[in-house]
Amino acid sequence: MSTTTAAVPEKLWSGGKSPFKVEYGKLMMWYFLMSDAFTFGAFLIAYGTTRFATNGWPNPNEVFRSYPFAGENANAPLVFVSIMTFILIISSVTMVLAVQAGQQMNKNKVVINLILTILGGIAFLSCQAWEWNHLFHEGAWWGRNPFLNADGTQSTTNFTNFFFTITGFHGFHVFSGVIINIIMLIMTLTDKFEKRGHYLMIEKAGLYWHFVDLVWVFVFTCFYLI
Amino acid sequence: MEHTVDAEHHGGGTKEVIKVTIILSVLTVIELGLGFAMMGMEQGSSLKLAIKGTIVILMLAKAFYIVGYFMHLKHEVKNLIMTIVVPLLLFVWFITAFLYEGNSFKHLKNTYDPYKKELSTQKAEKKEEAKEIKIEEKKKAVE
Repeated sequence: MSTTTAAVPEKLWSGGKSPFKVEYGKLMMWYFLMSDAFTFGAFLIAYGTTRFATNGWPNPNEVFRSYPFAGENANAPLVFVSIMTFILIISSVTMVLAVQAGQQMNKNKVVINLILTILGGIAFLSCQAWEWNHLFHEGAWWGRNPFLNADGTQSTTNFTNFFFTITGFHGFHVFSGVIINIIMLIMTLTDKFEKRGHYLMIEKAGLYWHFVDLVWVFVFTCFYLI
Repeated sequence: MEHTVDAEHHGGGTKEVIKVTIILSVLTVIELGLGFAMMGMEQGSSLKLAIKGTIVILMLAKAFYIVGYFMHLKHEVKNLIMTIVVPLLLFVWFITAFLYEGNSFKHLKNTYDPYKKELSTQKAEKKEEAKEIKIEEKKKAVE
């Protein structure tokens, strides 16, 4: 019996401790995120399949070309969405800083960075709300597509259906992330983590928040760039 | 005790965060630059497809930096990395099979459903009309 484990130098699988060297909750967060990645992946692949199966498709640069406070005929493709992208990247950075501050048991730094992350999340959601509202007033919604294909032919409602479903699902994740971060902020302010002696909960919230940023990288590329 | 565990899989600290932030920003700017460069190009031209491919590669690079450094996966033990990354490899087959299938479906429809094919080439003139109507409607709405 003893010969079977002799070959492993670090003996991660020999029992007594987690073979993953992380805490249970964090491992489960990873598994959850993996399942969520498959959900988003299924959505995006369905979108890709439909695009590959369709002859024409609207040009994103013609659809997403406006920004807040612009006139009716604003023509600034990619500008607004790049702002949204940077907001999410920066909020991800402040989340990393919050996690690192938690590892150093630096409560004030955790609080500041969490507040910045929450503000970033709210800013992103506001941008998305504006964009949805704008598109709605252009006549786009589930089942309605006012945009023509890039070659001028009639488009199907697949474009708007996928756009609103996928960005909506992502926006719902951002919303949940903001709520989770607010809970983390309240727990930090009430010294819950100080009493526990560690800020591991922030790391789990951080993983979720980075995942939201990661998904946006894919959504942004698939809908706005390609 | 917690501190020793954390110190073990602690990355490069703030320096690393700044480095990754810069990399992510630069990659995003390149993506946007390619997006702008692609705008005037003809639909379906091979150069446009090449740029789209480049954007996808840059996207994967960004994903690597977010997962590896922000989500700290690169500094975890190999067991955990494999547990997460190996199942995600299913995506390779998932994407290949479905996109191939979609493309095949398009060709089948175009070959065996001439009406559909016709529809997708018609109405090219309608564009201007539709646009004009839309603009007029908007103008009315503004007034």
